[in-house]
Amino acid sequence: MGPRYKTRDAGRSGEAELTEQSGWTKVPSELEPGRYFMQGDEACAEGAIAAGCNYYAGYPITPANEIMERVCQRFMQLAGRVFIQMEDEIGSIASVIGASWAGARAMTATSGPGLSLMLENIGYAIITETPCVVVDVQRAGPSTGQATRPAQGDVMQARWGAHGDHEMVVISPWSVQEVYDEAIHAFNLAERFRVPVILLMDEGVGHLRENMEVPAETPVYRRSKDSSRPPFGEAEVPPMPAFGEGARLLVTGSTHDAWGYRRTSSPQAQEQLLERLASKILNHRHEIARTHTHLCDEDDLDVLLVAYGFTARSALAAVRLARAAGIKAGLLRLTTLWPFPDEIVERVSARARLVMVPEMNRGQVLREVRRVMQHAVGYNKTNGEVITPLEIWQAMQKELAL
Amino acid sequence: MKGTTASIMKYIRTEVFPTPFCAGCGHGILLGAILHAVHQSGLDFSRVLFVSGIGCAGWIPSPHYNTDTLHVTHGRPVAFATGAKLFNPELTVVVIGGDGDIASIGGNHLIHAARRNMDLTVICANNMVYGMTGGQAAPTTPRGARTATTPTGNLEPPFDLVRLVAAAGATYVARYSVWHVRPLIASIKKALQHTGFSFIEVLSTCPTQYGRRNEEPTPIGMLRALKQNCVTVKRAEDLSPEELVGKTVIGEFVG
Repeated sequence: MGPRYKTRDAGRSGEAELTEQSGWTKVPSELEPGRYFMQGDEACAEGAIAAGCNYYAGYPITPANEIMERVCQRFMQLAGRVFIQMEDEIGSIASVIGASWAGARAMTATSGPGLSLMLENIGYAIITETPCVVVDVQRAGPSTGQATRPAQGDVMQARWGAHGDHEMVVISPWSVQEVYDEAIHAFNLAERFRVPVILLMDEGVGHLRENMEVPAETPVYRRSKDSSRPPFGEAEVPPMPAFGEGARLLVTGSTHDAWGYRRTSSPQAQEQLLERLASKILNHRHEIARTHTHLCDEDDLDVLLVAYGFTARSALAAVRLARAAGIKAGLLRLTTLWPFPDEIVERVSARARLVMVPEMNRGQVLREVRRVMQHAVGYNKTNGEVITPLEIWQAMQKELAL
Repeated sequence: MKGTTASIMKYIRTEVFPTPFCAGCGHGILLGAILHAVHQSGLDFSRVLFVSGIGCAGWIPSPHYNTDTLHVTHGRPVAFATGAKLFNPELTVVVIGGDGDIASIGGNHLIHAARRNMDLTVICANNMVYGMTGGQAAPTTPRGARTATTPTGNLEPPFDLVRLVAAAGATYVARYSVWHVRPLIASIKKALQHTGFSFIEVLSTCPTQYGRRNEEPTPIGMLRALKQNCVTVKRAEDLSPEELVGKTVIGEFVG
């Protein structure tokens, strides 16, 4: 479904610009190029491997297990890649951060309960500017909830779960192809901006099987290791040498200065650090944010659906139903959820009479859309089942009083 | 003894002196003992990574040690160290933490790293109390001891960390104190050279938060108590269970 449709990028295409900058290379993909019939979780593992992931630590949890199993099996075939099953999710993310400072491109994958456990150390990755990728294959919660059922209830947890004020990069793919592509993108964003990146999948996408294409080459961004510059300041994204290279790194989760010395009671140090950590993401939100419009003519639009993840698939089918009935409907699909693409939502939805946000939660992205388009309405479902095209189409008709 | 301290100064970021430790804290002795062991081992210091968590002992390496240091979240240094060591096995990775950090909140990581026989050296500075947060009870606080959260005496039994870690599978396990500095340095040297999981419990002193609430409020008194109450593994073999009451056995238990 997803990859067959032609899409138009509503945001600025980041990749083309970024390839001009230093740090970018292209490497041959680990899989033979060509078409594959693959599951979303497996595509996540393959995308990570293509992106050069060489450290994986994880703990079993449904519906993310297939990522860890695939990584484990594939790492055994590849040189220089380390896999470990840790004692819990806290240990998983901790060892991922430790490995990243030892020079690894590191990743872990989990579901909501595991993300809850990882959040303190995700905050540590934020303040220490440690590149890493955390995958959350969302399931119905809260707590144990329904382990095998899809949901999109972790959008705000991904954004705000770590304590303290911070920005986040969160990506939510809708197809097996996009899982593969965005796993690569997630690694490159993590390395380029020295941040943890959350790949926010859902059970629907994770367990979906469909065709996908593996390209011949994969764009890879490699972090700067210049040890002559301070690793925690001066530059917007400072260089990051690895342990054992003689840089005498002082890495701490306490507030620190540009060289890593603790500054636990300096208002200036706290303000400067938080400001830079936020602005290095916000100043580049246009190149980070990826959105796509489908069947969407911004200048002639009655109904706009704003959707993401698995729900965007039903939303696109609902747009087709509406268009067949003569309604000028379109879909704005958010691949990047955070930083939230305010300007794009505002621009694309400007002329729409009805803006509807279907999602498998009680309105987490709706609230963001309403910040820029107050009349937006939600279509929400939290029973552990996916939202169907017909449900969205019917909700649309009701709102339009057809 | 002159020159001994000078020999370890090159491993220290002296610009951060004075240390943040309270007067009479035992951790300064351990700070030096670890560096003496590094010095005597002839290790390339730039290839040694020190990982520590939250608590007073977490500040022993960070920022004092003039090499790579990773100062992490409370209880997690063993897990962070596992990632760094697995990805770069060339690094000598040493974890330094307090009893609360290593054995309470971090207990799960401790036993699993021991079970895996992960090639790490873990040094647990045990002062039997949460010092930094104001002297609350730890899982190592002796029965009956008064702390900020056990004002009428601790009701719970303490962990025997040495037996715990040995049972979990560690391949070098020892216990010394900040009074027994020479055998402690020798033990740390052995641990650094050992391949596999090494664990050393180091009994330390906290007059500020522990001593003043209990029988021995002075730093020197606490050190003398360590001298009097510790018996070696060898001597303990000849003592009856009654004679061992109130004693702490020190020495090598595994390895």
